[in-house]
Formats: sequence, structure tokens, C-alpha cells
Amino acid sequence: MVELAIRNSNASQDLPDPLEIPDLAPGAMAASKPFPASPDHQAAIGFPGELVDDWKERAIDKLGELVAGSRGLRVYLDSCVKCGACTDKCHYFLGSGDPNNMPVARQDLLRKVYRRYFTFAGKYFPWLVGAQELSEEVLDEWYSYFHQCSQCRRCSVYCPYGIDTAEVSMAAREIMDTVGKGQKYCNEIIGKVHKIGNNLGLQEKALKATLEDLEDDLEEETGLEIKLPVDVRGADILLVTPSADFFAEPHIDGLLGYAKVFHQMGESWTLSSHASEAANFGMFIGSEENMRKMAMRVRKAAEDLGVRRIIFGECGHAWRAAYSFMNTLVGPFDFLDQNYPIPQHICEYTHDLIEKGALTFDKSRNDHIRLTFHDSCNVARASRMGDRPGGQFEYPRAILRAVCNHFYDMPADTIREATVCCGGGGGLLTDELMDLRKKGAQPRMRALQHVAAEHGVTHMAAICAICKTQFAKVMPEYGFEMDAIVSIHQLVGNAIILDGQIMDDDAAPDDAPGAGGDEG
Amino acid sequence: MITAIFALLFYFAAAFLIAGLGLRVWQYAKTPAPLKIPTTPAPVTRTGVVLRMAREVTLFESLFKANKWIWLFGWVFHFALVLVLLRHLRYFTDPVWGWVVWMQPLGLYGGFAMVAGLLGLWLRRVVVARIRYISAPSDHLMLALIVAIGASGLLMRYVARTDIVALKAFFLGLFAFDWQPLPADPVLLVHLGLVAVLMIVFPISKLLHAPGVFFSPGRNQVDNPREKRYQAHWAAKPAAGRAKAGR
Repeated sequence: MVELAIRNSNASQDLPDPLEIPDLAPGAMAASKPFPASPDHQAAIGFPGELVDDWKERAIDKLGELVAGSRGLRVYLDSCVKCGACTDKCHYFLGSGDPNNMPVARQDLLRKVYRRYFTFAGKYFPWLVGAQELSEEVLDEWYSYFHQCSQCRRCSVYCPYGIDTAEVSMAAREIMDTVGKGQKYCNEIIGKVHKIGNNLGLQEKALKATLEDLEDDLEEETGLEIKLPVDVRGADILLVTPSADFFAEPHIDGLLGYAKVFHQMGESWTLSSHASEAANFGMFIGSEENMRKMAMRVRKAAEDLGVRRIIFGECGHAWRAAYSFMNTLVGPFDFLDQNYPIPQHICEYTHDLIEKGALTFDKSRNDHIRLTFHDSCNVARASRMGDRPGGQFEYPRAILRAVCNHFYDMPADTIREATVCCGGGGGLLTDELMDLRKKGAQPRMRALQHVAAEHGVTHMAAICAICKTQFAKVMPEYGFEMDAIVSIHQLVGNAIILDGQIMDDDAAPDDAPGAGGDEG
Repeated sequence: MITAIFALLFYFAAAFLIAGLGLRVWQYAKTPAPLKIPTTPAPVTRTGVVLRMAREVTLFESLFKANKWIWLFGWVFHFALVLVLLRHLRYFTDPVWGWVVWMQPLGLYGGFAMVAGLLGLWLRRVVVARIRYISAPSDHLMLALIVAIGASGLLMRYVARTDIVALKAFFLGLFAFDWQPLPADPVLLVHLGLVAVLMIVFPISKLLHAPGVFFSPGRNQVDNPREKRYQAHWAAKPAAGRAKAGR
């Protein structure tokens, strides 16, 4: 643990700037590659098992097909003027110095092939515009560097044309899948969701047993029968949450937090064993078909159970897939109650209750925590909460301020729309990429070190299963405990006062030092 | 002879520019945007998107967030270019509109500012290692081309003046398909020749960023996927698998 000098505003001056620009280190990350998908993993999600013989032709055909089918991709490949605005915006570049991790250079890996085969200048003057034929070397570069993009969209904020490297990397991954060069981590997981219903491959029986155990834990803690219902027909709310919430720390504490809020409000809610996963890795590999198939599980579960509302748990890209894509892919959801957002984020749900004064908290129960908040990239730059733009920044912070006395934001150029990715998103949360993940986490970790030094921050909250897992793993590298990463609803769960709950402390709600107001 | 060459060159360049650009715009417009992908926080209304786009193309809002130097040089160049182009209206209109007469001096300042902005961008492209790394020969040539156009223009205003009256007659003649002799001043010919090259290169180069920005889904989409079901391309794309998997 770093030594904490509380409220010493000079303490952070010796720390490196979180966004410090490194010297170029060409090829530094060229060897970083994820494990390839096995033929079985590939076949299970509709792709050839291994590199096909005519891969070059098929890759070029696929590129043409994608460009013809996506205005974004076409405009992005055509419009870049190489101004350099994005060059220092990628966390993997900041952490590694490899110039191919500059967003424009990453795009150029695909753009140079697009130019060679699909543009006049590239066909006739390739040397002039940096166009290049597709070759095995290029394919290898793609495999390496398009698996060094977490699709966090930070670069797209700063591009004068809104060029989104996430779209480019999704396209490149789809091309690679199409010719049989898939990535194990994503493709194996997608197969599990199609077959079993969640990323972990957790069967219905095991899921139910796990939830029963957690119910016991809740009863032990609170003395109340707080339920984690599964497959309850006729429930009002279907909760779809990342399967990590059933098994991993600190995710579970978030799940218990949702359950406490639902219990306190007397909601009729249920999980689904058919749609026991909020994540949608189809997005990471750019596969609309796989994305639709997974989104369809949520729709089917909602229809089969006859629910009126769908709420999503804390997960970043899952919220993007749900918020931005679900209605398009498998809508319309006219069978749900139209008085609520479809889908709704758990933070929207809890935030609205707090606004209405429907929940009571004892903030002092979180007094051992001095907190900051990590805006998860997909929530920040690819979704919204509430009715107004930017609600995705305000809602989580409003909840945290309602349940915690000590809240401090990290440096302004690393939060909200400028947030730096955890380093593990976009289908990179796999052990063989640990070196990349550590390097990618550097800007965020340095930003955290700043608030730790200045305000004595001890914990960081996040609303994304990938962020939580990634931070639990890489935080020790940067001098923090692995449990310094927490779920928002874990803190809600700590502070919430449940009717009839056994208190193991004396603090009555009225005496809570919450009256002291918010800090930071 | 020179008159004929330049007349034909400009007919060709203008046709190529208009047709090429038209083709691209048509292509961008008809390519489906399958999903909602605005970079958020994004406006939740159409009006909001119009304002966002207006800020983007007049103030370069995103670039300002990204890098103040690139913004400064880039914005100065583009704004100055607008002044210069407006100033040039006087060579193509008869009688010359009052406000064009009024803004002539501004156009001259614009000429200097334009070249200064371009040189700033070029300097960064050479000096900053990150930008040098991403530069292809065409990126340097493009700057060279526009700097040369600007410099030759300034040269004609301040050093080697040309016969403006005859030049104007030449261009008005082009519009009327009634060719008038073009003054054979070398600087003028270089200036006009490079402008024609720029017009030809426009629709087949990165200058496509000009129409491109308006079609960028990251900037032109309304953030309302929950409120209004977005299904722009489902109807447009008749893939068999789509209908099957859709429900």
C-alpha cells in the first residue's frame, strides 16, 4: 500500500503525470498476441476453424463488404488527415510507447490495405499514400495490434472527425475471424453464452446453488430474508447482470447491494438462468450476428418470464450493447412497461430512488473508505443514464456521494469523457496479455496515485465487471491492495438501512455523520 | 495555346471535382449506418446534433480538446482559407458584390495567415516524432501544394503583379464558354496549375475529410436509442440471415 499523506496537496507533485507522453519505442509491443481460438471455438460461433487457403482474397472481400455496409467505417478510413490529435490519447500507447498503439497508426494498419485495394491513389500510387498489399506480415500485425485496442473510444473524443478506432478494430477482428484467425478468449466465451447462457459457463444448477449460498450470507449479515430469485415467472423486473457478479470479488458485493435495494423497495424481481449474462462479447469481435444472438437471449428471457421491466447490472460494454444496440438488434420491446427506460441501468434505478428519498443510508458505515470513481469507458463514451447528456457521469457520483462521506475525483483530464480505460476492456482480459494490461492501466493507476497522495483516497469504485477484475489484478503492481477496487452497489449495500435489519453497530441513522456533507 | 491548355484544364478539374465529390457524398449517404454509435455525451435531439456539428466545423471543438497547437494552426489555416476564397470571388463575379469589395484587405491578411498556419502544421509534422511517424509522402506533398498555392498568390499581390483585368476576363469567359486570353505570367500559371491539381486531388485524397465529417456517425447521430428504435439499415440490407435472426 502506498503511504498516504492525507490532504497534502503537494504530495502529488513528485508523481508522474498520468498522461505523460513516452518516447516512441517502435516494435515494443509487437510480440504481444492473444492465444488463437481453437477450431472448436471458431466453429461454435460460425467461423472457419483455421486460416483458410484463400485467406487473402476472402479478407479483402470481407473488408469491401464491411466498408459497403458501414458508413462509419468508410468515412473513418477515408477522412483521416494524419493531424496527430489522437497520437497521445491511447492508454496502451502511453503505457508502452509503441507507435502502433497510437490510434491513427493502429487504424493505418487496416487503412493501408483499404487504400491499396479500394482507392484510386492506393491502387496506382501506393508508395505515395502509404498503401500496402495484404500479406502474412500485415495479418500478423493486425492480430497483434488490433488485440491491443480496448475499444474504449477515448481517441474518438479528440478526433476532429470523430474517427472511432473501436469501429476499425472491430472490423479488423471480424475480418480475421472470417478467414479463421480468431482470438481464443473472446470466441470461447461467446460460444459459452450461446450454449449455456453466460461467460463463465455456469450451469443453471450451479447458478442456483451459488445464489442460495449468497442468500444465506445476506441473512447472516442482516438477519433478513433477502432473496436472489431466479426464473420467477411474472416478476416485475428482470435483472441482467455480468456473470462475474455471481463469482468474482468485488463483483459479488455489488450483486448483494442490488438485492438489498430491491428488498428494501419490496420489488418483485428475478434473474434468469437463460440470460445469465449481461456481457456481449459479440461487440468486441465486431460480429453483428453473434451480438444479436446474445441480445436475443435477454429478449427471450424477458418474454418467457413475462416481466415488465429489464434492468442491467454494473457492466461497461454490456451497458453499451444494451443501451445502444439491443433495441435495434432485437426490439421493439413493446411488451414491456413503457413507463420505464428500456433497458434501465441499475444506477438509474437506485439514483431515482435516492432522488425520491425512498432510501435511507448510514454513510458512516463507509467512513473507512476514502473514495474515487473510475468512469468506465463504454458507459462514459458510448451510452447515457437518465434523460440528459452526461447523466452517465452524474448518476454514479450522486449515488456515491449519497452513501459515502469522503469522495474525491481524480485529475480532470482522466475522468468523465476523458476517462482512461482500465486496460483490460475490449476482449483483452486474459492472462497471456497481462503485460499489455499492466501497461494499459498505467495512466489510470497514476491518476489514482495522485488522489491517494492528495486526498488519502483508499478505494476506487467502478461500474464494470471487466474494470473490477482488471483492477483487482493490476492494482498490486502499482502499490494498491487488490480490494481497493469496489462496486458502487457494494457501497450502497454497506450504507443502506434496511427495515428490520439487525444492527451490529450503535449508530442510529439520525446520528450518522452524513450531515457533514460531501467533500471533493 | 496556353489559354486553351488552361481552359481545358479548368473544365476538367472542375468536372472531376464536382463529379468525384458528388460520387463520394452519394456513396457516404447511401452506405447504411447499422447501429447507433455517437461518441457520448451526445445531443439527444436533432437540433442538438446540428449545433454539435456546427461547433465541430466552425470551431474545431474536438481538436481544441485534443491539442492546442494543432488546433491553433489548423483553425487559422482553415479560417484564413475561407477569407482567401471569399476574396477571390471578385475574379468570378461581375459586378463584384459590395461585401466582397469591403473584405478585400481581410482576404490579404488571410493569405498570410493561411501560409503561416500551414507552415506551423508542417513544422509539427517534421519535428514531433509521433506525427512524423504517421506521415506518408502524400501528407507532406499536400502541405507543399497548398503552401505553394498560397505563396504564389501572395507573390502576385506583392511582387510579380499580373494583369488582373485580363485574368478576370479569362474566368468569366470560361463560364460563358467564350475563351479570352490568359496572361502568360509564370507565377500566375504556376498558381493556377496548382489550384487545378488541388481540385483534381480533392475527391481522391484525405481532403475527403471535408464532406466526411458531416457523415461521421460519431458526431452526427442523435443519442436516443432507447427513446426511438433505430433501424436505419434493417430495411436497406436484404441479407437472408438478418430476417431470420431478427426475431
